[in-house]
Amino acid sequence: MPESSERGALTEAVFYILLSLFTAMHGYGIMQNVKELSSGRVDLGPGTLYGALNTLLQKEWIKAVKSEQDSRKKEYLITDLGKEMVQNEIGRLTELIANGKRITGGSLS
Amino acid sequence: MKHIVRKLYWDYMKEEQWLNEMSARGLAFTDCSWFRYVFADAEPGEYIYRIELLENWPTHPESMAYIRFLEENGVECVATYMRWIYLRKKASEGPFDIYSDIDSKIKHYRRVNAFWNVLMYMEFAAALLNVAVVLTFVLSGEPEFPTFNTVCAGLLIVIGFLFVKLVSPIRKMIKRLKQEKTIRE
Repeated sequence: MPESSERGALTEAVFYILLSLFTAMHGYGIMQNVKELSSGRVDLGPGTLYGALNTLLQKEWIKAVKSEQDSRKKEYLITDLGKEMVQNEIGRLTELIANGKRITGGSLS
Repeated sequence: MKHIVRKLYWDYMKEEQWLNEMSARGLAFTDCSWFRYVFADAEPGEYIYRIELLENWPTHPESMAYIRFLEENGVECVATYMRWIYLRKKASEGPFDIYSDIDSKIKHYRRVNAFWNVLMYMEFAAALLNVAVVLTFVLSGEPEFPTFNTVCAGLLIVIGFLFVKLVSPIRKMIKRLKQEKTIRE
């Protein structure tokens, strides 16, 4: 049984970082990709991204890979464990949306 | 052309604001040392400046890795002062904030708070020491009044309270963010 904090919601930043890393990317690429995915709504600060990447590396949800174009730049890629976390989160979000729609009648207004 | 401005800031948020105002006037901050700021000519509003307090000195491997990461992401570290780093990014690349989530913001404010607290406690401890000296003199019936220690104690207390005033907006910010965090990510 994982610790209770292991079952909690992912932050928006972490969820989008993990989604971005289904393809190997470096920091700048992640920031751009997250911005694009969220239509400009989520603009990751470099400090926030750096902290998140380090934590995710520690937890082995992502791994560092050598960049093909530039060997000095570090790229990151999601691991199987990370993919599992994304799946769990999608399950949780689906529940939230289903309940939200059921109770409010599905209308956004 | 180089422009040198001598100025002293205690509050890094006001300092950051000033650097951005200078940038808006076409003066891009490039270096600093003791109360001395160096500016170079630039396009008005070319850069956005941010000041951050690191956990370690900039020469520490962890800080160096962080600064390298920032530079890879279009953020330039223009100057360092103790554990403070001065960052800038081209305004044409969009808004620039170091932290975009509440947790990291709280963490940074806590770091700043702790930084000033150390200095504040040092001032108060030194003040207390001087008060003790004054009391010992007076109580032991020495004919000479310890004027020097009295002045020192007074000054140190005043400086100590200046630090209290300095951290109070930071503490308020931490409180507000923590409250926000109970309902929002």
